[in-house]
Amino acid sequence: MASVQKAVKDFGLPRIIIIAFFLLLLLMAAVSGMDMLALLGDVLRRWGMYGILILAMVPSIQCGIGPNFGVTIGIVGGLVSALITIDMRFHGFFSGPAGAITQSLFAIFLAVVISGVFGILYGLLLNRVKGSEMTVTTYIGFSIVALFNILWLTLPFRSPTSIWPLAGEGLRNTISLQDDFSGILNNFLAFKIGSMQVPTGLLLLFFIACFFVWLFTKSRMGMMMTAAGANPKFAQAAGINVNGMRILGTTISTALGGVGIICYAQSFGFLQLYNAPQMMGFACVASVLIGGASIKSARIFHVLLGAFLFHGMLAVALPVANNIIPEGNLSEILRIIISNGIILYALSKSREVAK
Amino acid sequence: MSEMRFSSADMGGFLKKNNVTILFIVLCIGSFFASSYTLPSLFAELFTRIGRNTFLVLSLLIPVIAGLGLNFGIVIGAIAAQIAIFLVVHWGVNGFAGLMLCVVICTPLAILFGYLVGRLFNSMKGTEMIGGLVAGYFSDGLYQLLFLFILGGVIPISNKTLMISTGVGVKNVINLEGNLKYSLDNMPMISILDAAFWAVLAVSALLIVYRLVKKQELRLKKVLAVFIPVAAVYALSFIPAVAAFLSTPRLQLLNAVELGSLGIALYNLYRIIRFKMVGKHAGLPIKPLIYIAGAAAVYACTYVPVLFDSLVAVQLPVLTYLSIAALCLFTSWFMNTKLGQDMRTVGQNRAVATSSGIDVNRVRIIAMIMSTVLASYGQLICLQNIGTVATYGSHQTVGLYAIAALLVGGASVNHATTKQAVLGVVLFHTLFILSSNAGKMLLGNAQIGEYFRVFVAYGVIAVALAMHAWSAKGSGKKPPEGPVATGFIPTLESGSPGNSQAQ
Repeated sequence: MASVQKAVKDFGLPRIIIIAFFLLLLLMAAVSGMDMLALLGDVLRRWGMYGILILAMVPSIQCGIGPNFGVTIGIVGGLVSALITIDMRFHGFFSGPAGAITQSLFAIFLAVVISGVFGILYGLLLNRVKGSEMTVTTYIGFSIVALFNILWLTLPFRSPTSIWPLAGEGLRNTISLQDDFSGILNNFLAFKIGSMQVPTGLLLLFFIACFFVWLFTKSRMGMMMTAAGANPKFAQAAGINVNGMRILGTTISTALGGVGIICYAQSFGFLQLYNAPQMMGFACVASVLIGGASIKSARIFHVLLGAFLFHGMLAVALPVANNIIPEGNLSEILRIIISNGIILYALSKSREVAK
Repeated sequence: MSEMRFSSADMGGFLKKNNVTILFIVLCIGSFFASSYTLPSLFAELFTRIGRNTFLVLSLLIPVIAGLGLNFGIVIGAIAAQIAIFLVVHWGVNGFAGLMLCVVICTPLAILFGYLVGRLFNSMKGTEMIGGLVAGYFSDGLYQLLFLFILGGVIPISNKTLMISTGVGVKNVINLEGNLKYSLDNMPMISILDAAFWAVLAVSALLIVYRLVKKQELRLKKVLAVFIPVAAVYALSFIPAVAAFLSTPRLQLLNAVELGSLGIALYNLYRIIRFKMVGKHAGLPIKPLIYIAGAAAVYACTYVPVLFDSLVAVQLPVLTYLSIAALCLFTSWFMNTKLGQDMRTVGQNRAVATSSGIDVNRVRIIAMIMSTVLASYGQLICLQNIGTVATYGSHQTVGLYAIAALLVGGASVNHATTKQAVLGVVLFHTLFILSSNAGKMLLGNAQIGEYFRVFVAYGVIAVALAMHAWSAKGSGKKPPEGPVATGFIPTLESGSPGNSQAQ
């Protein structure tokens, strides 16, 4: 009995509850006669769609700034780079058969650069506010979203896909990527098992990104970064440049946020501007926490598990909930309650660790 | 020379300390001239917004003093208020009685919520602010679950006008027109006066009877000192002209300024007379004279045409402003009670508070309960003025705008006063009114102005939080202590994240 209790404690009660809930939802879906394979395909798609955004939490937690609620900064950088490639396509770039692929790769490259620069600035700021990063990052993230709301109205993008058709001023709320790189990763090497669509390219990129971050954490630099995050005083004593490591972790995290939103957008088929990114940081933090991370430590495994559990569960919950109660958006409410509940749980636990 | 340098350093310090406030004053003035607003139209809207929002902002003060930081969890108090409003509208209780019923319902709800949030915050000391924000979102989820599915879905609701056509879930908008709208704002002064008279009479009588029964000293003089002025004003209200004036639902700002100047002048005249007659001092006291001159100057200002137009344009909701004033007085009074002092101690240093025998967790929970209850009243005041409840939206921005306003007034994470709250509301809402119009005038796009004010709200909070962390880091650099800090450590980082305070 005691060993069972210990096992439960190690694995974490919230995770057990969520896995049980996930299984229950799957069971309900099966009982109500849904196409389980198609549903699983949807789970896989959402797993890859959110994966890299959630991966962005790992470097930030490891370098000591805690879960990056301000990943929205990276997301905004990614949106800017996607918009730039759309405008370039409008001006005649990326034509030809491999156009969409080069466009998406160029967008990812641009996202790394732009979000990386944002990340460096952001890291410099965070070094000044040690101890209250979470609150500050949240509000910096919100402010950036609000600032970019103004910029979306004023930036000189001219592609007719991006701007409002009649007024001709300001970017649209949602921009279709139909003529750009919509689904380009999802369809890369994609195959079907029955009615289950496997988005191979998307998952491959997700796994490759995870592998690289894992490789990085095992490198000398990554070890130094983890040490700086785990015990700054000790790391400083050992001659590690703690502030530099924090900037490095923040930059990687923010750049991953930029790449993540491009993968998300190509899978979704739309770019969402204005207030859409505002709460994405919270969803990412919640996912990695559901995967078993804490405010102070996170591993790649937590990302894989958390992304699969949280977004898989939501993917299943949506049709199941609509089946039970057709009106209203029960799965959205579920998302709000679960994601914020898990963050509260982790915050209340972080105290015990600190003692 | 040295004196000059000193004063310029002082000036620099003043500017640095109040930079957000000063920046806001400049922004407000700038956007006023950029916009097409005139002073009277601005005044009319501004005073509405002051009445609407100040109570909510004041509800933030107690947690700041108790060291819990900015209470992003006041959203939860607003939720309690909205549940109460739904029930009262559903039952069809109208007017002031309906509002009082709202208070009766939302008080226990808010106490419960505040208690739970307090318990939660005690388990996450040092990260209360992010915790409060997340707790607000979390309870918003539960609230949506309640209003979209449980009401009508699980609990049958007979009043179909409130519900979505399917019968499950509450409509997007609850209309308060004709039931709760202006139930507090439009309370005529004469009714307030009546209530005040009878309340004072009852309290005085009870006090005298109590002291007679207990065979204590009567101290009639003190009781009468309160009773007689109230009774005198009450008697005045029987003069038809006065009664007619008092029975209007609102008080014109011009009349308020005139009455205020008159009151101050009379009171100071009384002080001078007492000084000469009772005290038999030689000469004239300076302070009352300055007050009288000030009151006269304010009164003279009402003859400036622009100001006169502005003052005439504003109709103050009397009871609303009285409740705000009462809350200001209550907060200042409360801070000098034993419990208030305990809160201050807890806010300054939990370790010291514990060692001096204060139950830190209990004090923090009480602070959260008070803040949540006050926030729920604040939301009631706000919604009865607006007249519609956006069922799924009204509560969401409460925390954001209240906290931004408080910070604009010059407050910080660990220091806030009623004056800062009031100043902040005035400045923040001036910009709030002007920004979309100024944006339209300057850039030809009202939307930009609207986004700008949201950006300002978030930006102010971000800057305030960052500055707080920044200065905490600067002052937190203590000399190395104990055997841990051996000589080879070059610089000590001030604490790792999440480990804010050793207990």
